[in-house]
Amino acid sequence: MDLRFGDGEPTDEERAAIDALLGPPRSSWEGAARDGTEAADLRWARGGREARDRRDLLLPGLHAVNDRIGWISEGALGYLCRRLTVPPAEAYGVATFYAMFSVRPRPATVLHVCTDLACAAAGADGLCAGVESRLGPGSGVSVERSPCLGLCERAPATLAIRAGDPVRTAVSAPATVEAAVRAAGAPDAAPEEPPAVTAVPQAGDPSLTLLGRVGVVDPASLDDYRAHGGYTALRRAFELGPAGVIREVTDSGLVGRGGAAFPTGRKWQATASRPDHPHYLVCNADESEPGTFKDRVIMEGDPYALVEAMTIAAYAIGAHTGYVYLRGEYPRATHRLRHAVDQARARGLLGDDVLGQGYAFDIEIRRGAGAYICGEETALFNSIEGYRGEPRSKPPFPVEKGLFGRPTVENNVETLVNVLPILTGGAPAYAAVGTGRSTGPKLFCVSGAVERPGVYELPFGATLGELLEPAGVREGLRAVLLGGAAGGFVRADELDIPLTFEGTREAGTTLGSGVVMAFDDTVPLPRLLLRIARFFRDESCGQCVPCRVGTVRQEEALHRIVERTGADAAGDVALLREVGRAMRDASICGLGQTAWNAVESAIDRLGAYE
Amino acid sequence: MTVTPLGIPRRLLEFTLDGEPARVPEGATVLDACRAAGRDVPTLCEGDTLTPKSACRVCVVEVEGSRTLVPACSRRAEPGMEVRTGTERVRHSRKVVLELLASCVDLSTTPRVSGWVKEYGAKPDRFGPDAARLDEEPRVDNDLYVRDYGKCILCYKCVDACGEQWQNTFAISVAGRGFDARIAVEHDAPLTDSACVYCGNCIEVCPTGALSFKSEFDMRAAGTWDESRQTETTTVCAYCGVGCNLTLHMQDNEIVKVTSPHDNPVTHGNLCIKGRFGYQHVQNRD
Repeated sequence: MDLRFGDGEPTDEERAAIDALLGPPRSSWEGAARDGTEAADLRWARGGREARDRRDLLLPGLHAVNDRIGWISEGALGYLCRRLTVPPAEAYGVATFYAMFSVRPRPATVLHVCTDLACAAAGADGLCAGVESRLGPGSGVSVERSPCLGLCERAPATLAIRAGDPVRTAVSAPATVEAAVRAAGAPDAAPEEPPAVTAVPQAGDPSLTLLGRVGVVDPASLDDYRAHGGYTALRRAFELGPAGVIREVTDSGLVGRGGAAFPTGRKWQATASRPDHPHYLVCNADESEPGTFKDRVIMEGDPYALVEAMTIAAYAIGAHTGYVYLRGEYPRATHRLRHAVDQARARGLLGDDVLGQGYAFDIEIRRGAGAYICGEETALFNSIEGYRGEPRSKPPFPVEKGLFGRPTVENNVETLVNVLPILTGGAPAYAAVGTGRSTGPKLFCVSGAVERPGVYELPFGATLGELLEPAGVREGLRAVLLGGAAGGFVRADELDIPLTFEGTREAGTTLGSGVVMAFDDTVPLPRLLLRIARFFRDESCGQCVPCRVGTVRQEEALHRIVERTGADAAGDVALLREVGRAMRDASICGLGQTAWNAVESAIDRLGAYE
Repeated sequence: MTVTPLGIPRRLLEFTLDGEPARVPEGATVLDACRAAGRDVPTLCEGDTLTPKSACRVCVVEVEGSRTLVPACSRRAEPGMEVRTGTERVRHSRKVVLELLASCVDLSTTPRVSGWVKEYGAKPDRFGPDAARLDEEPRVDNDLYVRDYGKCILCYKCVDACGEQWQNTFAISVAGRGFDARIAVEHDAPLTDSACVYCGNCIEVCPTGALSFKSEFDMRAAGTWDESRQTETTTVCAYCGVGCNLTLHMQDNEIVKVTSPHDNPVTHGNLCIKGRFGYQHVQNRD
């Protein structure tokens, strides 16, 4: 590899941000001074293989610069490339892939105003206009309209990020123009967010399994976690041994909660039995599905539960390193989980000798940078490895060749946390909850036109109506979106749909990741569909033609018929069907394959454009 | 005489192709099998010297048991697999993909595509006159070759040829995301400010003419480019002792561009700047 790094030099600030992550450079090959000191020895080529092997630090490096300066200059990118022996063209491709990074100068403060489904229904348009009129050019704040920030239970929401050392953030939700402008002006002085438990309307209900500790334990205290039953599941796992753990998980009938509903035990077994090592565990905490916020609530309210669950999963599959890929838009969850990992490590619950059992496991937290596609498992691997977050062709599947080309289990936060009650209560007790094919408890993110939005935990099998009743549906319910933007709408008279994987499939819809978003008749449906189409257009990675161009043509067609119905819309509806079918059939990954689901369901079930 | 290495003999596996039994060597792709059986499967991002990215999706086929269609170019044939290449579902996806492509980029210099548009009944105009297009001016920033993103289908071939699959120069990559994604050097600078070494291997693999010789670009602009009047002569490069094969494309007794045979086991179609572009002295008749 013959790399050319260009002439751009980093500023002292940019250099300091990168050196704080990577340590000072050791030779002039990787950016140290060429002043005749030992460090400048040109024959000492540490910038070769050794540096190249740290390619996965590219994304953290881009974050380091973006956090400190607010954007990524040519000099900073060049220096980072030199430190990691990454071709600058590739690093530029990575930096321009993520929404949270900028390669052009911008103000140090960025205010993300959520304009996605729940926030749009709660008046995000007015909020945006108000904020933009107050924070025009020269205000020192860049206002960006953002996809779902995962704060749907407190819509409308804004997130202010001010670059510096350290970077400062302030969430404002439910946001007023006044509060958002104040948060952007002084993130440090912004009022504290309400505790995670405010997102759990059932808090205090003794029947809660997954959410039972949220609001009960101190999320910062490992001792408190242990006092509330923490780490009994891991002890049980060590008693059972790896094969025993996999057997319990298989017998429990647990299936993945991310939307694909693949049997977790089978995935673990397939990875555990691969002869090539190392094996990796990846926790997908990049929940970016519009309307989804359950993983955030768990990580904010009960972070040690995820640390313990990951330790168990890693032990079962024979992994010694686990990665949490955490949404970049979740500052509080990142902070809490980071603290929990550090505490667990300090107390011997992570590290070389977990619980004195001679088993080594540690967790690295990697922040996403604003890309919905990185929730797709193989795109997530590419993102961690320092490449563009584009999905890979499957096969090979992650259990054979996943992260760094090694056998990998990827589970989302909710799936992993389910492992704790399986081990403490036993597989039969767990399998007795729910229905035959959908076992255990399930988290639902209820938002929109309801009195008490939040994360609800119900055993599988409850109907949509039984879920919406405690949430308090407002008058004039028109439709419910199940599964988020990649899911589908159902009508207000279909509330008897059982919330199970098989039940929703039978009803011709999907449970997806557990989004339940209610819309009343005040929300104009065509506008809603247009927002969904724009979401997919913005979030398509651009790799394959059906998705890259199809999402654009879908949005264009919906624009044309936004005010039209009946025969006037028929031609474009037919066009949408044809393009949608090809996107579903021929796209590389789930994003393109599902980008037409919600629109199709609105046309077929709700009679949009009739 | 070119000596072609044969490799280790491979076992044959059996599967079903459009209802007929087919036998291909282990490791062959579905596309290999289709071609061996005489099926015409359209491809754009697949190339004979590169591992395809499977990004264009025009080669999709139906595989029994698969929820979605699969790209024939990268899917390996498996024993017992049932593949169908001409179903309505396959033809529909190919048609729409061709429509989507042709509606946003200029495919006028893409070989074979007009035939496929006809064969699959694709109507790229039906997205209306306001359909977003990549109408961009060609970038002419050096004397050797031209980048015309208005013709780029983002097949990733040039990126792979410049990067780890052949040249190891890594001068170009995909930047941006979604419909705004573009092939770019770092900071989208002119090529002359980049790591490009002007080997032209990216032109060699480009399926659409988005990358072309400056000579070809100028002749097309002047209306003098005429492939029917061109002859090709394969010879050996005289610059060094490696012995790369050059194919000289001649029109009116002038070299108009230089390619390299892809089946050459040494270079696989790759050249360096001298072999690819250093031909002017040959036609200096002063």
